[in-house]
Amino acid sequence: MSAPSEPADTPTAARSGAGVIHDIGYRGYQGPRLGRAYATRSLFVQGLRGAFGLGRSGRSKVLPMLILAAMVVPAAVLVAVTVLMKRTDQPIDYPQYLATFGLFSEIFLAAQAPVLLSRDLRNATVPLYFSRPITRGDYVRAKAAAMVAAMLIVTVLPLLVLYVGALLAGLDFGHNTTHLGYGLLAALLYSVVLSAVGLLIAASTPRRGFGVAAIMGFLVVSGGVAGVVEAVQSGPPTAASSADWAFLISPSDLVERFVNHVCGLVQSSSSSFGDTPGTLGAVVFGLEMVVIVAGAYALLLRRYRKI
Amino acid sequence: MSTSSPVIRTDGLTKRFPSVTALDQLTVEVQPGVVGLVGANGAGKSTLIKILLGLAPATSGTGQVLGLDIATEGSAIRELVGYMPEHDCLPPDVSATEFVVHMARMSGLPASAARERTADTLRHVGLYEERYRPMGGYSTGMKQRVKLAQALVHDPRLVLLDEPTNGLDPVGRDDMLALIRRVHSDFGISVLVTTHLLGELERTCDHLVVIDGGRLLRSSSTASFTEATQLLAVEVTDRPDDAGFDADAAVQERLTAAGLTVRTDGARILLVDIAGEETYDIIRDTVADLGLGLVRLEQRRHRVSEIFTQEAADVRTV
Repeated sequence: MSAPSEPADTPTAARSGAGVIHDIGYRGYQGPRLGRAYATRSLFVQGLRGAFGLGRSGRSKVLPMLILAAMVVPAAVLVAVTVLMKRTDQPIDYPQYLATFGLFSEIFLAAQAPVLLSRDLRNATVPLYFSRPITRGDYVRAKAAAMVAAMLIVTVLPLLVLYVGALLAGLDFGHNTTHLGYGLLAALLYSVVLSAVGLLIAASTPRRGFGVAAIMGFLVVSGGVAGVVEAVQSGPPTAASSADWAFLISPSDLVERFVNHVCGLVQSSSSSFGDTPGTLGAVVFGLEMVVIVAGAYALLLRRYRKI
Repeated sequence: MSTSSPVIRTDGLTKRFPSVTALDQLTVEVQPGVVGLVGANGAGKSTLIKILLGLAPATSGTGQVLGLDIATEGSAIRELVGYMPEHDCLPPDVSATEFVVHMARMSGLPASAARERTADTLRHVGLYEERYRPMGGYSTGMKQRVKLAQALVHDPRLVLLDEPTNGLDPVGRDDMLALIRRVHSDFGISVLVTTHLLGELERTCDHLVVIDGGRLLRSSSTASFTEATQLLAVEVTDRPDDAGFDADAAVQERLTAAGLTVRTDGARILLVDIAGEETYDIIRDTVADLGLGLVRLEQRRHRVSEIFTQEAADVRTV
């Protein structure tokens, strides 16, 4: 039984005799062990960095950085336009900016939600996490928080560019601050609702490509179908109509129209602002968002209970 | 190192799934050291590891790991235990260093300590310059080393190694077994290692726990496994003047008549179970009576595998 340990000893002696420094034998660890909460935070940070390709290969940084640019550059251009043309208001309202460029944040979600969840499933890293202090609930919490935070970065950053630009251009402070608030509400709801949908789909497949296609497909198709149904039913685009119920099936429209209604943006300006079907519609839209988020989270927890 | 208290203790541990009973009233104590958990595929090894890590609740029975209760203190257990899974678990697009640092932090080590321990641990398992390259390009042996490193990086008091030699060539296997020995002898970390290859455990483990069908077959020191029943290898000469005489058959017949258990190993060697001191005398007298020359009379040990297959067969027929 002592045979296997002998070869380990011999080179140690030989090397220390030769004065090589690096073989200093095994050292234990007596330092602090920071436990579950710290580990969960570490997983969150790793996930957030990973969503932007940080700490991963150079290639995986390309898409998130392009998306970030696609979200922010138009905002900078709009600011430039505002300044150059000496306009007295922004050419586009804050929540409307997010709705207009929503496709980019959806692409970001579709590409990165599988990075956060499918990769761990595919590489079978999940059991390694669960053999450490964190629980399955901590894992889901950290990943969900990372996805929402990444989405917030993508959506809030252009709003801040618009806002700072507006202030530098000397536009009305009160109006812009209020509408930035509306924008932030929209950004938060987009981030939370879309992340819920995206993560749920991503957790169901270990294949990243599959996840990307499924998420993108769901968001685009649901939005497209809702738009077609609404157009067929209502004829010319007008204000509140029963056809707007069609948007119940599209998460991004749900957020857009809910924010427009709640923040009173529909009455204040042009008809390009989509609305919910009346106050009842706003309540239903709001409830549906709660159901989507809570339901997706519960299903995620259930998904990871079995692993 | 406290040698008195067991690192693992289970009492009547039972795990039932709707269709199968994975663990059946398992009561076992595992002392510090290198302990082999032996069993065929589906014997309940993986289920036991999951329950010990506090990841799956037992249907009934209790257990402690490092004195912590598996049902209520899973998180604390997992902080002090390392786990090396059987399957591949390494993301291919990340370097070993980056991966192990992350896993160290997941075990609660502060960032600076995580980096320091990662460098140390990867060196100890034998990964040098290649640790900065993405793991997708690693050989099986290197991957196994990284998997071991991530289980050791937080300096646990116990590591659970699930089939660590799977997929390795003979040289890689020997290296891994030597490394596992060092984990205990040099690092002072207790090891529970599962395998279905018994020959490996014989050389590596101090103690063996054999389970089959979720039940404890046997738990004892490796030495007692191999010494419990000893054999004598007997080789005799032919009669020089009588070529037609089958010396082996004659000896075997006489010894069997004297109440001894005798087998041949197919190469002119008779294997005789030692029943006591008198066995030596009987063999000597028998050979002398027949007028043969005694070429070889030496002690042989049973291999663990023989005992295992024998006992498993016994249990199944009961």
